[in-house]
Amino acid sequence: MKKVFKRPEILKDVPFHYCPGCTHGVAHRLVAEVIEELGIRDIAIGVAPVGCSVFVMDYFEIDMFQGSHGRAPAVATGIKRVLPDRVVFTYQGDGDLAAIGTGEFVHAATRGEKITVIFINNAIYGMTGGQMAPTTIMGQVTKTTPFGRDRETNGYPIRVCEMLVPLEGAAYLARVAVHTPKAIIQAKKFIKRAFEVQLAGLGFSLVEVLSACPTNWGLSPLEAVKWLEENMVPYYPLGEYKSPAGGAIND
Amino acid sequence: MSRILMKGNEAIGEGAVRAGCRYFFGYPITPQSELTHYLAKRLPEVGGLYLQAESEVASINMVYGAAGAGARVMTSSSGPGISLMQEGLSYLAGAELPCVVVNMMRGGPGLGNIAPSQADYFQATKGGGHGDYHLIVLAPNSVQELLDFTGKAFELADYYRNPVMVMADGIMAQMMEPVELKDEAQVEIPAKPWAATGMIDHPGSKRIINSCYVIPEEMEAVNIRLKEKYTQITLNEQASEGYLLEDAEIVLVAFGTVSRICRAVVEKARQLGIPAGLFRPITLWPFPAEELKRTTGKAKCFLSVEMNMGQMVEDVQLTINGRAPVYHYGRLGGMVPVARDVLQEVQKLYSGGVVK
Repeated sequence: MKKVFKRPEILKDVPFHYCPGCTHGVAHRLVAEVIEELGIRDIAIGVAPVGCSVFVMDYFEIDMFQGSHGRAPAVATGIKRVLPDRVVFTYQGDGDLAAIGTGEFVHAATRGEKITVIFINNAIYGMTGGQMAPTTIMGQVTKTTPFGRDRETNGYPIRVCEMLVPLEGAAYLARVAVHTPKAIIQAKKFIKRAFEVQLAGLGFSLVEVLSACPTNWGLSPLEAVKWLEENMVPYYPLGEYKSPAGGAIND
Repeated sequence: MSRILMKGNEAIGEGAVRAGCRYFFGYPITPQSELTHYLAKRLPEVGGLYLQAESEVASINMVYGAAGAGARVMTSSSGPGISLMQEGLSYLAGAELPCVVVNMMRGGPGLGNIAPSQADYFQATKGGGHGDYHLIVLAPNSVQELLDFTGKAFELADYYRNPVMVMADGIMAQMMEPVELKDEAQVEIPAKPWAATGMIDHPGSKRIINSCYVIPEEMEAVNIRLKEKYTQITLNEQASEGYLLEDAEIVLVAFGTVSRICRAVVEKARQLGIPAGLFRPITLWPFPAEELKRTTGKAKCFLSVEMNMGQMVEDVQLTINGRAPVYHYGRLGGMVPVARDVLQEVQKLYSGGVVK
């Protein structure tokens, strides 16, 4: 029988530890497919974050680094400056990138560091048990916002793509989601563009991936997908925010 | 061979370049600035890179990336910046990555000042960051040694796959002394069959630069391996220098800047008929305990002279282990001990019946 769909070879053939309905697995697969399709497995080097997706270092069958909390773009900078002909990417969650790592990704973008950042935004801290993230939306209930996120105490959620747009070193910025087949197809397209921007040496590229965390949202996987569509997408509009060709928000 | 006048900070930079270091990531702080100025100019000349990071936190993590990619790499800072690097140093030690970190110590705590100090001894030798680990710590006391020890630091770092710290202070950093520069030779950088440089370099087997082991049995095994390495370093790398120790009844113990002052104190004391000697640790970790024990058999008392409240004195006490009294004399907050005052301390001990 002809095989028409298979696991990317870059993804280790083991059950992922992620919770049912978590979309890290989809995001992993998209990055793996892109690396495979671009034929860059041998020159790809990834940096794993601290958080649920730290195990991306085990799942990706390529050379990997595990970085300290939030510092993956600094680690990637060190790697890329030593090995400029390699394709270097980070895979980071919202706590890792948009809270503790605010300095590192902003300055990697400022320098136009030729790396690709895959930024998983699921509006919550997953591994530590569901605390408020910098991207937790207004009113969202988490373990540390039991009455919902309110502006007096916690301020507002951070929109990472939008804040990077003015930086000249940021060459490619896009926000995607992985909650519907249509969104997944677009996500893969934009992730591929981000890697192509790096390969062309054009500067910093980042793809923000809206992702579901049913466990810490306290929802079933299906409810979580619906919640993402109804609550996250309106606050975090999907599309390309910046691209070498000019860049416009499109859906 | 040539003999030129160099500033301490510049000597470190030249020592690094001559050791094959081609990458420096750092953030401005006094009193190590001239080192960064020197390397910002010098590294591009040899095809290297000087990159100014957004913080010391970023610097040390850039070092982590570059070291994991197989490069000889360094950073430098002073007190507050070195504090910010502690998490990164723990990761570097955990992932067993070689690198060199320079700490030009300054008066503290807090923002303190930029005057000379040795108050980071505990931080450097007893951990500093989280978890069980050690840095190798070298303490030069001349501009020549700043140059030579920086080269040595890279060799040790690669050999043991461990971060190495070179510690000095603002006096050492700023002063100028003549330096012998050997003719530049081709540097042999050892192969790094663990570096994660992309699978193109090692087809079929992925490499991970990592310090995360969620299974305690695996983490313990890593710790046991690290402990064995630290034992080897302790056995092989202790370094020190003795001055007039053979018949010394009072032994001064001092490193770096203070060891220079104490040498003068020992000479003065001898002129006064006091049998004093100087023991100078060159490696602060591993502390040169064996040599201290071996060379000070006749000593009736020890005086650890430091620019801090009493830090190295604890290692002297552990080494001497009650055999003789161990005292501490220190100046604090960026003040430097004056030879006359240290001599007075020595005379007090000698005439006060401590030494009979």
